[in-house]
Amino acid sequence: MANENENIKIVENATCTFCGCVCDDMELHVDLNEKRITKAKNACVLGRAWFAEHTIEDAPAAMIDGEEVSVDEAIEEAAQTLVNAKFPITYGLSDTTCEAQRQAVAISDYIKGNIDTTTSVCHGPSGLAFQGVGESTSTLGEVKNRADLVIYWGGNPAESHPRHFGRYAVTAKGMFTPNGKKDRTVVLVDVRKTKSAPVADILIRPFPGKDFEVLWALRALVKGSKLSSNIEEETGVPLETLSDLAERMKNCRFGVLFFGMGLTMTRGRHFNSGALLALTTDLNKYTHFVAMPVRGHGNVTGADNVVSWQTGYPFGVNFSRGYPRFNPGEFTTVDTLSNGDADAALIIASDPASNFPKKAIEHLKNIPVITLDTKNTHTTKLSHVAFRTATYGINTTGTVYRMDDVPITLRPAFDSPFPDDETILTSIKKRVHELVLAKHYAGGASGEAKVAAINPL
Amino acid sequence: MADKMMLIPGRTSKQGTSLNQGKFKDEYKEVTSTLEMNKDDMDKRGLVDGDKVRMWNEIGETIVSCIGKKTEDLSAGLLFIPYGPPSSQLMASDTAGTGMPLSKHMMVEIEKVK
Repeated sequence: MANENENIKIVENATCTFCGCVCDDMELHVDLNEKRITKAKNACVLGRAWFAEHTIEDAPAAMIDGEEVSVDEAIEEAAQTLVNAKFPITYGLSDTTCEAQRQAVAISDYIKGNIDTTTSVCHGPSGLAFQGVGESTSTLGEVKNRADLVIYWGGNPAESHPRHFGRYAVTAKGMFTPNGKKDRTVVLVDVRKTKSAPVADILIRPFPGKDFEVLWALRALVKGSKLSSNIEEETGVPLETLSDLAERMKNCRFGVLFFGMGLTMTRGRHFNSGALLALTTDLNKYTHFVAMPVRGHGNVTGADNVVSWQTGYPFGVNFSRGYPRFNPGEFTTVDTLSNGDADAALIIASDPASNFPKKAIEHLKNIPVITLDTKNTHTTKLSHVAFRTATYGINTTGTVYRMDDVPITLRPAFDSPFPDDETILTSIKKRVHELVLAKHYAGGASGEAKVAAINPL
Repeated sequence: MADKMMLIPGRTSKQGTSLNQGKFKDEYKEVTSTLEMNKDDMDKRGLVDGDKVRMWNEIGETIVSCIGKKTEDLSAGLLFIPYGPPSSQLMASDTAGTGMPLSKHMMVEIEKVK
């Protein structure tokens, strides 16, 4: 509920969309004259920066090759660029609403392009593991209320998700964990001693690149197999430590394994995530155990959900044959760029020119790029068409998914002069549809192709 | 010295807050150009906190400043840097059929910039 008091507005139960925790208990104090958030009660250090720094910047709403143009002109140029490309790619989507993500999938479908999200360079390998192994999971509410053994593997939530401990999993007091941390055992597995270490009752530091071996050893111990004592030489973790953890896992009441990029971005990738998921499955013969990837961006989980319910696959999807195909390593964006396949790119709320491998960035510089972003980034700088858009959760409403797949509706704080992602993408979609139709009729397409082109998405 | 070391780029609080201020602001540039290194490894190379080092592999190179960490926090042979444009210069594009480059497992070499 928003209370008006002169030029200060208070927005209660607003949502922070900086990280995958998607905390929806913010109390925002908004200076409507200055159009900025002056206080974000309950926010963590990352959330405070997110709210404080998203102000209305003096910038054009749309540019073509660095020159200011009208939004309509930019939409026309973007649509023409995408329709005339042979291998157009769409990428990003983890920092925008589900409503905008849906429009992006429709555009990709119309132009027979490729769609991928930041999941492919985040928990994409875990997505592969989910398909191969399965996922025993829960909501974060269940973790808060029930978990008495909490394991973080390959992540540093104290710095990446600061409220994960207090709001959901460690110090949070729940129905069956009324004393918070006193009712739980917390284990941290990481190759470094990070700022998350002080919260851990047990700190395990394997050798780098040995997560799979440690997880597989735990599977063996859980099943009652004997392990050689030289496991420590191989993994850096003493047998006694592993045996103790295996017993704790089997004997807890409700266990949870949160896992991060330390598994997916290192040697082994989806095998690491798969080993962790398999261990979780094994443990359900003894107790209740769940696993959950700790997701980074505010709506990366929504991107997985939207792309899945629209195409059947979570990321790395290609429409070039007129139906969706899923092939990580071919249709994922690092690959479509590094292999030189893509000849145009629609980048939404993401900055691959900053965070991708050098070879992929080099290719991005050589093709027409269309960007939608709230700020200047390395990718907007190299764009052919650049849209400045409103910030989701601060200027616009919409739906986002928390990392445990719980959808949350956003409460905006103040208006932006810039259009939101959904509005821009809907306009591009409509124009793309018109151009695709015209192309089909001009090219003497078959009746079936005409029907496919006419059917609105 | 030509010993290979393992570079682990990752998220930090400062990287996250400066990211919100803007990627072209000095703070973000400084945060993503500061390398954490084991103190003993630094001593072996004659490095002190704040020294500039060239870090390279077969993909590319970048110049960053380094700060020391105790062995109990960061083992010998490991390097940590808040991820950003400098670390991307060293990232290989091969995804081994997964879509994911080895973003936290980069073998690099280091030398002091004189």
